[in-house]
Amino acid sequence: MTSFEDNNTDIRDGEGYFYFIRTQTISGYQDSPRVGPIISRAQWFNTLRINVLVVTMLVSVLVVYYIRRARAGEKLFIRKIAGLDAIDDAVGRSTEMGRPILYSFGLSYLNEVWTLASLSILYRVAQKCAEYSTRLLVPHYDPLVMSAAQETVKQAYIETGRPDLYDERDSPFLTADQFGYAAGVDGMMMREKPGAVFWQGYFYAESLILAETGHSVGAIQIAGTTSVEQIPFFVAACDYTLIGEEMYAASCYLRPEPQMLGSLKGEDLTKAIILMFLTFGTALGTLGVLLKNFLNVDWPNVIFANLVQWFNTF
Amino acid sequence: MRREIPIIITFLTGFLCVVAFFIPHPPFGGLQQRFLIWYAIIAGFTMVLGLDSLVKYNIKKIVQRKQGWQYSYVLLFGLVLVLVTGFQSWFKYNTPFELRSSFMYSYIHIIVPLQATMFALLAFFISSAAYRAFRARTFEATLLLIAAAIVMLGRVPIGKMIWDKIPVLSDWLLNIPQLAAKRGIQIGVYLGGVVMSLRIILGIERTYLT
Repeated sequence: MTSFEDNNTDIRDGEGYFYFIRTQTISGYQDSPRVGPIISRAQWFNTLRINVLVVTMLVSVLVVYYIRRARAGEKLFIRKIAGLDAIDDAVGRSTEMGRPILYSFGLSYLNEVWTLASLSILYRVAQKCAEYSTRLLVPHYDPLVMSAAQETVKQAYIETGRPDLYDERDSPFLTADQFGYAAGVDGMMMREKPGAVFWQGYFYAESLILAETGHSVGAIQIAGTTSVEQIPFFVAACDYTLIGEEMYAASCYLRPEPQMLGSLKGEDLTKAIILMFLTFGTALGTLGVLLKNFLNVDWPNVIFANLVQWFNTF
Repeated sequence: MRREIPIIITFLTGFLCVVAFFIPHPPFGGLQQRFLIWYAIIAGFTMVLGLDSLVKYNIKKIVQRKQGWQYSYVLLFGLVLVLVTGFQSWFKYNTPFELRSSFMYSYIHIIVPLQATMFALLAFFISSAAYRAFRARTFEATLLLIAAAIVMLGRVPIGKMIWDKIPVLSDWLLNIPQLAAKRGIQIGVYLGGVVMSLRIILGIERTYLT
C-alpha cells in the first residue's frame, strides 16, 4: 500500500490525526510506526466537480449568447404550447359558466424553481380573472408560497385595474399535510364547482386524487409538473398537460421578451449538444464492444469507460 | 429601488450558492446549508401566517353560512385540540412525540387513519382515469392500452400462467422505451431548471417579484 484515502465523515478539518497499519499475525498483531499528525483542510476548488462546471459554463455561455442575439433584434421562433394557449379559453369558459377558477401549486415550496415558474403562470391566470371578473381560488400547502401567491394575485388585480376584486381569503392556507391538502382541495372543488382548474407545481401521490375530482366536477383542467412520475396521471386525467420543461418555458411563452426567448433558445441548443453527445457515446460504446469481441481491440472501450467515469464523478 | 434591491439579493445569493458548490473552503463551504437554515427559520415564522389564513377562511365560512360551514367547526376544534394536546404532552413528557402522550395518540389514531383513507381512495381514481385513458379511440390510445395490459399482466402471477414471456416483455417495456422517455423528460427538466435559475440570478425572470 502506497497511499490511503480516509473517507470517514467524522473527520474534522484543522484537527491532527495519526495513522498506522495493524497487521494480523498468528500470535496476535503487529503495528507499524505511527504517521502524523495529518491535518485535513478544505480545498479551494473541488476538482471532482469539473464536469459540472464545464456543462454549467456551456449552458451559461449559450444562454447569454442567444440573449444578446435576441436583444440585437433577431426574431426567435418558439413552438406552440397548447396548455398555455388554453389558459385564456379556460378562464373565458369558466366566466361564461359563472364558476370560479381553482389554481394549485401542489406540494411545492418557495425555494424550488418550479414554484417560481408556477408563479408566472398564476400571474397570467390572475390577470385574466381580474379582466373577466372571475373569482380565483388558490388553496395552499405551504404558508411561504401562500404569501408569494397572494402578492402575485394582488399585483395582477391592481395592474388590471380591479383591486376591488381581490380577496385574500380566496387564497387560504389549508394544511401542510399531503393527504389533508388533497382532501381540502377536493372538498373545495366539490363545493365551489370550479369551471377551470390549474395544477401547476410539484405533485406526489395526490395528483390523481385531485385531477379526477376536478374531472368529476366538469372543470377544464390544465396541469403542469416537473415530477416525471406524476405526468402520466395528469395526461390521463387532464385536458392539457405541460410536460416537464414546458412549465419552465411558460414565463417566456407568456411574456415573449427578447431576453426570455433568447434563454429558451440557448437551452434548446444545449439540449441538441447533449443529444449529439449521447448519440456519440452510444456509438462509441457499441463500437467498443464490437471491436473487443471481433478484433480484440480495446482502446474504444477504454475511452468510453473514461468518458462514463468522468461524467459519473461528482 | 423596490425592485432593484430584491434583484441584487437574488443575484448575490444565487451566485454565492453556485460558487459554494465548487469551493468547499471556508467561508464558501456549507454556505448553501446555511441559507437553507435561514429559509427554514423564515418558513417556520410564516406558519403563523398560514394559521391566521386558515382561521380567517373558516370563520368567514361559518359567518356567511357557506356550503359545508359545519365542517369548519370540526376543523377549528381539531386545530385547538391538537395544539392543546401538543402543549400538554410537551409539559408532561418534555416532548410531544412521546408515544404514550395524548398528542401522539391523536396522531396515531386520528390523523394516520385519515391519511390512509385518502391514500386508499387512489385505487378508485386510478380505475376511472385508466378507463378514460385506455379507451382505444386512436392509434396512440390503442398502443397505450396494449402496453398497459402487458405491463399489468407482467406484474401479477396470472400473466406468467398465460404466457411465460409476458413478464419479460413487461420488463422490456419498463426498462427500455419507458425509461428512455422518462430520461428524455428528465434531461429537459434539469436543463430547464438550470436555465430558469440562470434567468432568475441574472434578473431576467422577475415575475416572482410582483
